[in-house]
Amino acid sequence: MNWKRAVFGAALAIPIVALLAYGLTQDPRLIKSPLPGQPAPPFALVSMDGGENVSLTALRGQIVVVNFWASWCLECRFEHAALSETATRYRDRGVRFFGMLYDDTPENARKWIETMGGQSYPTLLDPGLRTAIDFGLWGVPETFYIDHEGKVADKTIGPVSAEVLAGKIDRLLALRAGGT
Amino acid sequence: MLAVLIAATLFLQQPIAPVTPEDSLLEARVSALASTLRCPICQGLSIEDSPAPLAKEMRAVVRDQLKAGRTPAEIKAYFVAKYSEFVLLQPEPRGFNLTVYILPVVLLLGGVVLVVRVARKWSRGASGVLAASEVEQEPEFR
Repeated sequence: MNWKRAVFGAALAIPIVALLAYGLTQDPRLIKSPLPGQPAPPFALVSMDGGENVSLTALRGQIVVVNFWASWCLECRFEHAALSETATRYRDRGVRFFGMLYDDTPENARKWIETMGGQSYPTLLDPGLRTAIDFGLWGVPETFYIDHEGKVADKTIGPVSAEVLAGKIDRLLALRAGGT
Repeated sequence: MLAVLIAATLFLQQPIAPVTPEDSLLEARVSALASTLRCPICQGLSIEDSPAPLAKEMRAVVRDQLKAGRTPAEIKAYFVAKYSEFVLLQPEPRGFNLTVYILPVVLLLGGVVLVVRVARKWSRGASGVLAASEVEQEPEFR
């Protein structure tokens, strides 16, 4: 009778423990985006200083890095220097960087940029957060890498480092050079 | 005080745009669909219940798409294509998601079987004890 109980208990406990163990291997904050590999959601937006109308379609052939940020976002401070420096470093190699203002006012954003010592690339205004929703944004900061064919190649959730930026851009430049 | 009363009267006399049955129907459809979509920046709230600006704008997207003639299934598919299936508060019953639907039923049935078996065992044990006590008491009745 005891062995029957042991088998019954094991049959009940093993799948539950296995399910919990599988859950422990997963990062609950990490939700796989369906966007990588898909055409990037098109946008046509005005830059915050009003000097540039940016259409993603018109940038086909270039590598485009889109970084969603806000002045109230603490983590955006940690990546700002890396983004600005990398944008400058790759400017002449057909790589365009754009900031995308998320749920913020241009006044606050301008003050923030000034405090941070400037931004080497334009920030675009996203009225109604429609571009943020089109990109399936979960929060800020998030950075999207769009290849020369206009497809979302990858994304980074949270603050991005100069090393990560360079690695992802170099890979996309190599893909473009290879014609694949 | 008088000035406040006059101001209030003037405010109440402002023409208010009439709400048509079509508007009410659209809002009801927006509300029903928004209740099934997760607010990405909240903890377990739907975009209908969340006061977050992103949730508000997602509701606006739902409204625009319904106005444009898209079906609720097409609108859900749009959000799933952007945010993954996690955006659905109630996951589609297929693949690994089936665990969520099947496991509670299996556990409930298992619980019922367990309770019935234990109850039978107790009942048998109690009647056995009763029978034994009856046997012991029998000589006293004679």
